[in-house]
Parts: sequence; C-alpha cells; structure tokens
Amino acid sequence: MKLLYFAWIRERTGHAEEEIDPPEGAETVADLIAWLKTRGEEYEHAFGTDGIVRAAIDRTHARMDAPIAGAREIAFFPPMTGG
Amino acid sequence: MPAASPATPLVDVRVQPGPFDLPAESARLSALPDVGAVVTFTGICRSDGGRLEALELEHYPGMAEEEIGRVAGEAAARWPIAGAIAVHRYGRIAAGEDIVLVATASAHRGAAFAAAEFLMDWMKTRAPFWKREIFKDGTVGPWVEARAADDAAADRWRPDTAAE
Repeated sequence: MKLLYFAWIRERTGHAEEEIDPPEGAETVADLIAWLKTRGEEYEHAFGTDGIVRAAIDRTHARMDAPIAGAREIAFFPPMTGG
Repeated sequence: MPAASPATPLVDVRVQPGPFDLPAESARLSALPDVGAVVTFTGICRSDGGRLEALELEHYPGMAEEEIGRVAGEAAARWPIAGAIAVHRYGRIAAGEDIVLVATASAHRGAAFAAAEFLMDWMKTRAPFWKREIFKDGTVGPWVEARAADDAAADRWRPDTAAE
C-alpha cells in the first residue's frame, strides 16, 4: 500500500510517499502508526506525539481505529490549516 | 430546517495555484434561475503588520478537491441553495493576494449566508491544506498550528448544537 506524508510529517520522515507492506496483525490506522514508529528515529519523531497526527484512507478522513484492510493509499498529516 | 431546493444546485470546486476571478464567479451564480441573493467570501493573505512576505500552502492533491466537494455537497443538502463555488489556491501566495473564495447563491439571503459560512468553516478544518509563513527577511517560519477557534467555528454547525 502507498503511504503519503504531508507538511511536518513529510519533513520529519524525509519522505513524501513510500510503498510498504503492512506487518501481520496491523489492522487499524493506530496499529500502522505503532509499527511506523519502530522504523527509525525519523518516524519516532514524526509520529511520537500521540493524538496530533491525522490520517486519511483513500482520500477520506479516517479515525485511528479505522480498519486499513483493502486500503490503496493512506495519508498522514497534521491538523489542517487552510483557508 | 428548510427543504433543499428541488433543482440540482450548481456545485463547482477548484484547487489551483493561480488567482481566481471573483466578479466572473459571482456572475456565474447571479445568472442561475430564481437567484435573489449571492454571498461571496474572499480569504486574503495578511501581511501581519508588514512582517510577512508570503504564505506557502501545501495540499493533498485529489483529496483537497474531494473533501471540499463533500463539504459543498453537505451545504447543498442542508440549505436551499441554487449554487456553490469554492476555489482554494495552493503554492506561494504573496501578502495581499487572495487565498480562498467561497460563493453561494439562493432565492433569499438567509440560505446563501448560512451555506457560505458553513462551507468556509468546514473547509478550514477538513480540507487538507497546510500553511507556513515566509517572512520579509527570507526566513521560513514553522508550520502554522491549527486554531481551536477554527474547530469551534466548524463545530457550531453540527446538527445537535447548531441554531438555525
């Protein structure tokens, strides 16, 4: 599945996007974040503050307990500041 | 809550780097049948007392259009509007330039005012855009943090709390 990162999440991970295979047992957005945080300091830094990072599954806002099965594209980003 | 307009309203959402033409967008809405009110809102990049050179807006291509479209669809379902246009720019936007346009049309002013404010409030908290400040001396500021006041402005439109 494709992961996308925006704003300071992108800067901290050092990636705008990447292809990953989610690990066995990762069923929700929260599970995926927990796994990402184990991938290195830059991910720990990007996802370290609980409750800040937002997610979207296939371009729709998703809660942390949303299932990721079947998702093609999951995006992570800070709270939005448009307008 | 008033019933939605029987005719399918015009809903046009665009996300673009360049400027928009406010008079032209307003005229498109005025030309719709049975329109008695057009409300337009323009969000502008503040100079913050002259210290700000520009804003840099990052967005999520695809989702930005879709999410604003969802919000516009909700506005059209909730109020009897004839049309809604939303244009959000991205990239570098100099102080004094327009950032965002919301325009709504209806037979009477109430629905147009309410739908425009709803659209703007929800767009700020749900559309995937992130901004950072570029100062006159060339330095780039940190990412702008979301404001609780913006969440509160959007929350007041929730069905259980909204006073209509």
